Amino acid sequence: MNTGARAAPLALFERVWRRHTIREVDGNVLLHVGRHLIHDGSRPAFQALQDRGIPVRRPDRTFGTPDHYVPTVSRDLSSVAEAGRRDMVIALARNARAHGVTVFGLDDARQGIIHVVGPEQGLSLPGIVIVCGDSHTATHGALGALAFGIGASEVAHVLATQALWQRRPKSMRIRVDGRLGTGVSPKDLILAIIRTIGTGGGAGHVIEYAGDAIRQMSIEGRLTVCNMTIEAGARAGMVAPDDRTFEYLHGRPWAPAGAAWDRALAWWKTLPSDPDAQFDREVSIDASAIEPTVTWGTNPGMSASIGGVVPDPQHETDPAARRAMVEALEYMGLVPGTPIAAIPVDRVFIGSCTNARLEDLREAARVVAGQRIRIPGIVVPGSTQVKAAAEREGLAAVFRDAGFEWRESGCSMCVGMNGDLAESGQRCASTSNRNFVGRQGKGARTHLVSPAMAAAAALSGRFTDVRQLGGS
Amino acid sequence: MRPFGQLILPAASLPQPDVDTDQIIPARFLFRPRASGYGELLFHDLRFDPDGGLRPDFVLNALRDAGVGCLVTGPNFGCGSSRESAVWALSDYGIRCVIGTGFGDIFFNNCQKNGLLPVCLAPEAVADLHRRVQVAPGAGIEVNLPAQTVRFGDDFHVRFEIDPFRKRLLVEGKDDIALTLAMAAELDAFEARYETGAEELPGVSS
Repeated sequence: MNTGARAAPLALFERVWRRHTIREVDGNVLLHVGRHLIHDGSRPAFQALQDRGIPVRRPDRTFGTPDHYVPTVSRDLSSVAEAGRRDMVIALARNARAHGVTVFGLDDARQGIIHVVGPEQGLSLPGIVIVCGDSHTATHGALGALAFGIGASEVAHVLATQALWQRRPKSMRIRVDGRLGTGVSPKDLILAIIRTIGTGGGAGHVIEYAGDAIRQMSIEGRLTVCNMTIEAGARAGMVAPDDRTFEYLHGRPWAPAGAAWDRALAWWKTLPSDPDAQFDREVSIDASAIEPTVTWGTNPGMSASIGGVVPDPQHETDPAARRAMVEALEYMGLVPGTPIAAIPVDRVFIGSCTNARLEDLREAARVVAGQRIRIPGIVVPGSTQVKAAAEREGLAAVFRDAGFEWRESGCSMCVGMNGDLAESGQRCASTSNRNFVGRQGKGARTHLVSPAMAAAAALSGRFTDVRQLGGS
Repeated sequence: MRPFGQLILPAASLPQPDVDTDQIIPARFLFRPRASGYGELLFHDLRFDPDGGLRPDFVLNALRDAGVGCLVTGPNFGCGSSRESAVWALSDYGIRCVIGTGFGDIFFNNCQKNGLLPVCLAPEAVADLHRRVQVAPGAGIEVNLPAQTVRFGDDFHVRFEIDPFRKRLLVEGKDDIALTLAMAAELDAFEARYETGAEELPGVSS
């Protein structure tokens, strides 16, 4: 075990950063990558490697699964309309074979959304650097990894070198004290955080989430919080590993086992930030003040609590922000002053790397159990393993009986690349992470909510405070 | 990668905040091969009507003949998805430089990997530049990377900061894969220490 000299107090981020620094040049650090996660958007990066005749340096540290382009109505790839899209999935399998990379393919019981699969398989571990060509890679920081999304050129660089040049980020600690109320979820917390610090508020920072509410939170909840860190502009979100982390990881397929587990555990326990560690910025959030939240606009910072109203752009003093609000409301077809709970909903999507783990599905199922939904809804499990577990414990039957479509795993309506889209003008209550213009289809209107709130909206056909329903 | 020296680029002002990469290029185009060209897909749903006609109110359409090479942006431009195709679309359209108060982190890095220079300036300077470009849309902005300066008209002249490591790669038009591969011995030594030596990192090597 290596503890190193500890003259100055260190933060979790700092510890991981230093440990993986191979070399420093002019303030840029070449960071060693512990796990490189890939998916069916990785084709251009493999192409770049092939064009230059470079092999994958560490196929044993590279893992993938197709998620963005996979069909969810069945596992039959021919149900994806265009050949070009199907080729993204096929190319992943082909490149994996050619380079000896482990990929959980479409027919593999371990397939799923890469950010659900990584933790589930024990690939995502405390204290390592994890990268993936997807902005939601921040998810894995929930286990104490330094995890962030990268572009295609950087994916090619990591494939070639198992390392990445990074400029040193600043650090921020967001302390969430108090308790989340009944019916208030980690999703509501992260939406409140984004609203508080702004969509660019985390830019250039790695955020450590700390405080009682985080310590009391399940790993699945922490994964949701870290997942949407990117929506606050931050590169990565992290939570110090603790007993919940260790319990979650123990026995997972790729996690260390036996004597290796004991050594890993001893090291992981040294990772949390020292009590007097310094951060470039500190933010404090009162968990007990947070309510079930619904976005009303076209970025994840534009949200209100379920008891609130659509805000009036006239109260916004900054002209550019005011114009953005006006445009957002026009796109969303909303009038200032409208109660959030009066907004009708046309369809519901429960899925994505934000909110499609087993705990999320349990929350949603609890709300709809024994009732019928009034609008179309689909449930897309975050992984094939989540799907199987949900079927075993009867959640799939609850959703089906309520009138939901129960789908195969994939990114689906979070990004719509596989053809799962809402129609123009349709209002979708979605457990995903982005309400950008056109994200769920041209003209589609996305409202981000928690799984329980999505389920409540499905029952009533409008946004509804889940705390007022008996089921929660 | 094209080297970046001193360029005079017709400029356009796009002041909206939080222009995400889904707006720069919608997800439905991302499966297209890189070689097919992404320029026509840039800002697709903002530039084109549903029937494919050009929307005259969108700034790049109004400046279609100017050959815009520099976008002055609003805050947090390029936030959201990591898709490098957003940079490919800008680059293939002819944009060599984006200027703003700050950019999405991943977008910022993707720009530099493609020879597209992201320039961060103080909010007052960006606001000033927006005003000036809006008065003279399509007029040339001089971006000098070696000198780290931006000039517009007679009296807009500011210096910008850039990480010297990235500056060197951009000026020379080199990407970092070759640079890192030349450090193979260091990579080997690090991995050997990390995985088997005294600095073994438990849990990663199985």
